[in-house]
Amino acid sequence: MRAFAELLDRLSLTASRNAKLRLVRDYLRETPDPDRGWALAALTGDLSFSAAKPAFIRKAVEARMDPQLFWWSYDYVGDLAETVALVWPRRPGANREPELSEVVEALRTATRPEVQRLIEGWLDAMDEPRERWALLKLVTGGLRVGMTARLAKRAAAEMAETTRVEPAEIEELWHALHAPYEDLFAWLEGRSEKPSSDNPGRFRPVMLAQAIDEAVDFAKLDPAGYAAEWKWDGIRVQLVHEGGVRRLYTRTGDDISRTFPDLVDALFEEGVIDGELLVLRAGPTGNQVASFADLQQRLNRKAVDAKLMARYPAGLRAYDILAEGRDDTRTLSFAERRKRLEAFVARQASPRIDLSPLQPFASWPELAGLRADPPPGDPQVAEGIMLKRWDSPYEAGRPKGPWFKWKRDPFLIDAVLMYAQRGHGKRSSFYSDYTFGTWTEGEDGQRVLTPVGKAYFGFTDEELKAIDKYVRDNTVERFGPVRSVRAEPNHGLVFEVAFEGLQRSGRHRSGVAMRFPRISRIRWDKPPGEADELVTLERMLAQMEGR
Amino acid sequence: MIRPQDLLCPKPEGLYCAPGDFYIDPVRPVARAVITHGHSDHARAGHGAVLATQATLDIMAERYGLGFAAAQQVAAYGEAVDRDAVAVTLVPAGHVLGSAQVVVRWKGLTMVVSGDYKRRRDPTCAAFEPVPCDVFISEATFALPVFRHPADAGEIARLLRSVAQFPERAHLVGAYALGKAQRIIRLLREAGWARPIYAHGALERLNALYERHGIDLGPLEPATSATKRDFAGEIIIAPPSALQDRWSRRFPDPVSAFASGWMQVRARARQRGVELPLIISDHADWDELTGTVEELRPGELWITHGREEALARWAELHGVPARALALVGYEEEDDD
Ligand SMILES: [Zn+2]
Repeated sequence: MRAFAELLDRLSLTASRNAKLRLVRDYLRETPDPDRGWALAALTGDLSFSAAKPAFIRKAVEARMDPQLFWWSYDYVGDLAETVALVWPRRPGANREPELSEVVEALRTATRPEVQRLIEGWLDAMDEPRERWALLKLVTGGLRVGMTARLAKRAAAEMAETTRVEPAEIEELWHALHAPYEDLFAWLEGRSEKPSSDNPGRFRPVMLAQAIDEAVDFAKLDPAGYAAEWKWDGIRVQLVHEGGVRRLYTRTGDDISRTFPDLVDALFEEGVIDGELLVLRAGPTGNQVASFADLQQRLNRKAVDAKLMARYPAGLRAYDILAEGRDDTRTLSFAERRKRLEAFVARQASPRIDLSPLQPFASWPELAGLRADPPPGDPQVAEGIMLKRWDSPYEAGRPKGPWFKWKRDPFLIDAVLMYAQRGHGKRSSFYSDYTFGTWTEGEDGQRVLTPVGKAYFGFTDEELKAIDKYVRDNTVERFGPVRSVRAEPNHGLVFEVAFEGLQRSGRHRSGVAMRFPRISRIRWDKPPGEADELVTLERMLAQMEGR
Repeated sequence: MIRPQDLLCPKPEGLYCAPGDFYIDPVRPVARAVITHGHSDHARAGHGAVLATQATLDIMAERYGLGFAAAQQVAAYGEAVDRDAVAVTLVPAGHVLGSAQVVVRWKGLTMVVSGDYKRRRDPTCAAFEPVPCDVFISEATFALPVFRHPADAGEIARLLRSVAQFPERAHLVGAYALGKAQRIIRLLREAGWARPIYAHGALERLNALYERHGIDLGPLEPATSATKRDFAGEIIIAPPSALQDRWSRRFPDPVSAFASGWMQVRARARQRGVELPLIISDHADWDELTGTVEELRPGELWITHGREEALARWAELHGVPARALALVGYEEEDDD
């Protein structure tokens, strides 16, 4: 556990990508199985626990020390796991420190009361705060050390000393592997053959787009070199039919076949298709995209029945082909793949699959106009535009240059701050989570505010301090960690809120829910009476639904 | 009846001893001063007469010039010096070279002013000696249960491991110029690091002073571009303030390390952009502070600068009457 703790400690304070790679690579080289495998799984997110709730940890520590001294400590440090790791009293003569694999294996099989006793025993046995911190982060599922799964796998590729292993090889293998990955390490260390990845129906790592920088990139790009497509507001998936095996994967390789039986059977030929999972309903001119809210009805469901499938029919809007029959098509250019994709989709003749259309354009200004004001039909609900270079092969990862995404500008409204809640971690001493509202007509005909969303980012640290002060100076009422803030037509704080879309919601009093709301500007200058009305949002929603 | 406050009491200038007419570590110029150690917030220039250990007087002369006080008097460790009716004895505090506790005896009453102190071994200074007393006046810089300094050898091992792991980068260690820097260098030597260690110009005179007092620091080089163009794989020691200024840009992609007790708290390391925090402190941590009170069991505990409330609470819970003095003018010196 000590080496793993030291690794997490250094990763959490290291900014450079290369330095992180080095730290993980060296750890994997120097740590024996199975510890290193569990560590890799923890870093890639393939292993996570929520074995202990903060309340339990707090209770356990307060049973061991004066609560007042604990409170002063917590107030000073700001992070619960870190505070507990630091103040946990040493218990000489406790058991020996556990190895990472012992911790993982015990947590996987223990019942909840057993888990709590185990955790307390481990904390007693550990000598250093760093180890206790790593353990607490692991058991509370709060293991964020600025490491993406992709980077961790890349570090695994780099640990090979005798042969050169490409990160994409590991990505491709990944879904045939299981923690603690002894077969992977055996291969990387040249002790055995490469684990088999050509099992039929496997996931292929996906190609991702970079966000375009309008100010810089367009000047360098030739519009004739790129195809444009609409960017759909669904879920990126990979539909596989290979060697008799049918699978549907998310873009990170999670198998979601069982949730979408209506789509998994849609390919009668063998092939691998990259596309967007959407709810697609038959319209007068082919399929029509339903809202993201409809798609949400189908996500995260264990069991699906015919009624649900009929009501929310899942479909695939195809935009790339990675394999056709036994051919791996990924090395072909986008232009060639597109031709094959069009023919392939046509041959399936399935109402569950259609083609994501290309959007013809002659110049960047013309395309900018289309993005701002899309043509009738589905493009009206698109999230923006994708640009794909005609001559680019299909490369796993996020290569620079071949694919760009050009998101639609966000929607904006002015809303009034109504409630503020204390944040977590290093923001725990600030009111940093804000509920804001827009004006509507109350029961007695008065103009009243109704909450329409919540945001906790989009501002700088300086702005946070200023808002926090505003909240404290203008508190009307306090309940627990929440304060209600003075919000009247002539006195209150207005936020310009940016968001990506709207959907109907029965859970919100206002009837609408925003997607990805964030504070885009603080309008210190604007009187709350001039903020937007709820009807503005309702009108936006109707436009999005009605097209 | 004799009360402790008749012997020592806090004043704006510092802790004042009326029967002996002197101040301990005064923050403003006074006629007679007893100085615990050479850190600049404790040892200021411009007093009339100064009583301190030889090393502390040398450090003050190095910092402020030979005329830093009108009169100087050396007190050897353990040797009682009379100040009017009061006997003053300096006893090792284990903080930095020359650092002392001040033991004040008067009419059968013994009070000990700890100054800054630590309990663990330090190869660059004499170890803290506990003195039984009626009143112990303790510092409280790290008096919060979160401060539990690990073994310094382990922290030095982490530094050396990082040097081996990133041989193409320079390792820039921020360390307080008096005491911490020399201790880090000595600990590196004990861990087997025999290569030259590169020192920022601000450390040179104090390094030389330590050498004159018999602390062998091994081969040292100035950290100037004239001495070496490429500092890859080398260790450079600099005052903490130099870590973020222009000076540090001469090094190739440096790993910024900082040796301080404050590095125990992750947010502190993050705020300063420290990539490799080394938890090495010249102050007592929570366990040392409370352990010392437990060992001495003084009739009363007085607490000077730092987090008085936590140590006072601990003492009350353990049956030792405690009182916070709220002295001002002492900085969190590890923060530079
Ligand atoms: Zn000091």
